[in-house]
Amino acid sequence: MSGRSFLALTLTPETPLVDWLAALDHQIQRAVGFFAGKPVILDLSLMQADTPDLPHLLPALQERGIRVLGIEGGDRSWPAVADWAWPESPMGGRASGPVSIPEGEKNPTLAPTLVVEESVRSGQHIIWPDGDVVILGAVSSGAEVTAGGSVHIYGALRGRAIAGIGGNADSRIFTRNLAAELVAIDGFYATAEEMDAQCTGKPTQVMLAGETLVFKPLP
Amino acid sequence: MAKVLVVTSGKGGVGKTTTTAALGAALAKAGQSVVLVDFDVGLRNLDLVMGAERRVVFDLINVIQGDANLAQALIKDKRVDTLSLLPASQTRDKDALTPEGVAKVIADLSKKFDWVICDSPAGIERGAQMAMHHADMAVIVTNPEVSSVRDSDRIIGMLDSTTEKAKAGEKMEKFLLITRYDPQRAARGDMLGTDDVLEILSIPLLGIIPESADVLKASNVGAPVTIAEPDSAPARAYTEAARRLMGEKVEVTIPTERKGLFDWLFKRRVA
Repeated sequence: MSGRSFLALTLTPETPLVDWLAALDHQIQRAVGFFAGKPVILDLSLMQADTPDLPHLLPALQERGIRVLGIEGGDRSWPAVADWAWPESPMGGRASGPVSIPEGEKNPTLAPTLVVEESVRSGQHIIWPDGDVVILGAVSSGAEVTAGGSVHIYGALRGRAIAGIGGNADSRIFTRNLAAELVAIDGFYATAEEMDAQCTGKPTQVMLAGETLVFKPLP
Repeated sequence: MAKVLVVTSGKGGVGKTTTTAALGAALAKAGQSVVLVDFDVGLRNLDLVMGAERRVVFDLINVIQGDANLAQALIKDKRVDTLSLLPASQTRDKDALTPEGVAKVIADLSKKFDWVICDSPAGIERGAQMAMHHADMAVIVTNPEVSSVRDSDRIIGMLDSTTEKAKAGEKMEKFLLITRYDPQRAARGDMLGTDDVLEILSIPLLGIIPESADVLKASNVGAPVTIAEPDSAPARAYTEAARRLMGEKVEVTIPTERKGLFDWLFKRRVA
């Protein structure tokens, strides 16, 4: 058995549903294929049993090619959702910040880099689904940095660094001081216990060789 | 214009209320006019530590809801006349703190005092957020142990993102106060070192308060340690921290153990 981890997007529909779907269509138009192949959690916490058009919500999403992996909030006993095949939402998971849908016109080979000028504190989550992330400070225990590309940390990495979330196996993680709780590249991850003890506390890069994370000291 | 200071930590039991009382009293003794505001609605303690529990008539929530005015709710300290207390309500919960109400109370207090010191409740929920929201500067109280340090780190992140100052794009002044520092345990190496704490949190150090029975004794008689035992080691450390808050340059000393030969012999015999 082996594990892969994915970032699931959470959609939280708002009333009136017609307007919300129109806004969603507008975003999909701007970034064609954004939802393709991505797992989606549907959060019904803003819905009521008698919200107008609620019965059409799930079919409308499926029509747009959005794969609903699980449903949260709401109540499956509502008559409005009686016809739905209600996939139970996976347990646990950690909330991340809002994900912005990228503009469609952007050249995919020129993914922008996010530069964070200070430390990422415990409880904070930097998510940058496109390009590299550069952190000038440290990443604290309990903090998390998620990037579509590589993660560069000029301070100590004491929290989690997750690189290559869009399926980019060539991305790497660099830090001046490896004391991480977890590192992951393209869904392959290692917890602190599984890391190379020789690199602990030292300048290190992490890369993916096949299906194994490799820890190498930085010169 | 007053300085609004929040004393916060994330974790409970690290010494926020003790620190609020001791720093406030030290500032007041230095001639500043100071008001201490208890934000721990539902679990108030500052009135006890200040020895004012039998004089509470109105509280912060009464003022926010317009049932009393500030002059009625403020309790003047009997020992230092530039020191006042605005107690929290013990019978309500933190939902009674409305953002507009808190903003108005802080603005009104700012006109009357040099320092408005907000004693934050533990946690990161509404009470703590309300306490930090209007602050100009923050004292983060941390014990030298990993869970306290991580919680402090979380609070620093919130100070830099959720407060009014952060939203205006300004930097909040933040200071680290290490409390319950035990020189004996530090010497044995079974406590997180000051350097490690500073390295992880990377904010300026305001002071190191040694663990001491004087602090507990002072709390129990209802007086801040800087009033009850002004010559004790923790009181001296708090007084120096207060001077640093006022902008004086005072070097931080790491408390070490000073034991006489007799103590040493005695300890050998018991051990």
